[in-house]
Amino acid sequence: MYAPGVNYFGSRTIITREPEYFAPPVNTYARLGRAVLLLLRNTGRALRMLGEAVANVHYMLSRQNRADLRQQMFVGGIKSLGVITVVALFTGMILALQTGLELRRFGQEVNIGTAVTVVLLREMGPFMTGLIIAASVGSAIAAQMGTMVISEEIAALEIMSINPVRFLVMPRLVALTLMMPFLTIYTDAVGIFGGAIVGSTQLNVSFTAYFDNCTRFAENKDLYVGLFKAMVFGVIIVTVACHQGFGAAEGAVGVGRATRRTVIISFLIILMMGYFITRLFYK
Amino acid sequence: MIRMEQVSKRLGGRVVLDGVELKIEPGETFFIVGTSGAGKSVMLKHMIRLLTPDSGRVWIGEDCISEARGWRLEQIRARFGVLFQSGALLAWLSAGDNVGLPLRQRTNDSDADIDRLAAAKLALVGLADAFDKLPAELSGGMRKRVGLARAIITQPEIVLYDEPTSGLDPVTARTIDALIDSLRQSLGITSVVVTHDLHSALAIGTRIAMLDGGQIVAVGTPAEFVRSTNAKVQQFLEAQFITKHGNWEKAVAT
Repeated sequence: MYAPGVNYFGSRTIITREPEYFAPPVNTYARLGRAVLLLLRNTGRALRMLGEAVANVHYMLSRQNRADLRQQMFVGGIKSLGVITVVALFTGMILALQTGLELRRFGQEVNIGTAVTVVLLREMGPFMTGLIIAASVGSAIAAQMGTMVISEEIAALEIMSINPVRFLVMPRLVALTLMMPFLTIYTDAVGIFGGAIVGSTQLNVSFTAYFDNCTRFAENKDLYVGLFKAMVFGVIIVTVACHQGFGAAEGAVGVGRATRRTVIISFLIILMMGYFITRLFYK
Repeated sequence: MIRMEQVSKRLGGRVVLDGVELKIEPGETFFIVGTSGAGKSVMLKHMIRLLTPDSGRVWIGEDCISEARGWRLEQIRARFGVLFQSGALLAWLSAGDNVGLPLRQRTNDSDADIDRLAAAKLALVGLADAFDKLPAELSGGMRKRVGLARAIITQPEIVLYDEPTSGLDPVTARTIDALIDSLRQSLGITSVVVTHDLHSALAIGTRIAMLDGGQIVAVGTPAEFVRSTNAKVQQFLEAQFITKHGNWEKAVAT
């Protein structure tokens, strides 16, 4: 029998909010103050939504969420491989070329394998993957959520006592958090291969010499920290995208604004969080 | 069943509802009519607490929905089914899955049982063949009918309709009217319908309220409504070519 609250966990975030109207600020200080307050409030709302999604993670394999989880893993992972391949290949090639040209001045071009591998594992792999996924998957999530808000689908879910955070946010959160490390490993591998191509064709470094050097200075820690970063970036992208999408208003213009903000905010947070994680593990 | 007590609401500095008093009895098909921007949809959203009044209260039976929160609010909302203007169907689910969605998400019923019930509800709204179709493959009228099937699958006590016949051809509009009316007659569902379409209101409404300037300026049975001396009501009737001596009584009788 239909009853509200079955399988329901914890208190719940209200997604459908009343429209907000603000009087024009009286001066620059008022404008700045309002911007700061709204930033704090929106950060709080986004974190609360994230907390609720995490609290619902144990439903990820339930009948209600299983299919969507599979779909989101496919969209967030497999469908992104094409663009990731191109970006990773050229990132590795650029890294190899730039470092190789400098190292050649000292007769050390044989070490480009080490340089490319360490840079990719520690920073560029998760960072580039994060940017690509934020731009492709994050923007798509924001657009979808925004459109659902505008067309009253989110309101319909809430009235049917279906929690949008559990129904929509949680599967995307789990999917992207799980897929990001795999995508990062793929980015690393393709990037390293791209470096090998440049080494072989332009720097006279054979494949054997290149790959011998790849693992010489790279540590397991470099890989683990990179994968940890990737997971954090996945959480950031989904949180920002869903929060921005849910906040969409004013029709198609609002959806466009939510999409643009998702990409910009995700880029900035990924950049800053990347620094802090590096700072945490490499002192 | 539904009671609004001195409900006022301002949106963007404009008074949309101004001390609205309203009482809807169980089993009624209650129509709210008015010009665009009169606040009809805002009133409907207060009944389901998508909006909260600035002052006043909204009661659903003995429960004050305008002050309910969390778990309590969900319990009250479970008594409702809502047909949104656009249907509000999830684009990636088939019509059958959309209709079965509330049961699939909120109950432990088997998939087979849910599919069977969803198919039955789709058949009830005349869309037995549409089970596997995506919303994008359906016309506007069909999407509304799927939305109606979804609204009633949980056997709600109250169904709210936001412009159920807007944008539809007259034949499909009358089909929707007939569905709303049959729900009242067969299941005793209380319906609240927001519309511009006075023909629907006169044909199947038990009472009609006219909203203007944030206030209810007239309320009564179709016969009382048509004979109202209120200038706004008369203007609204004339705009839809309805006169005191027109054929609307025949429509009610049939």
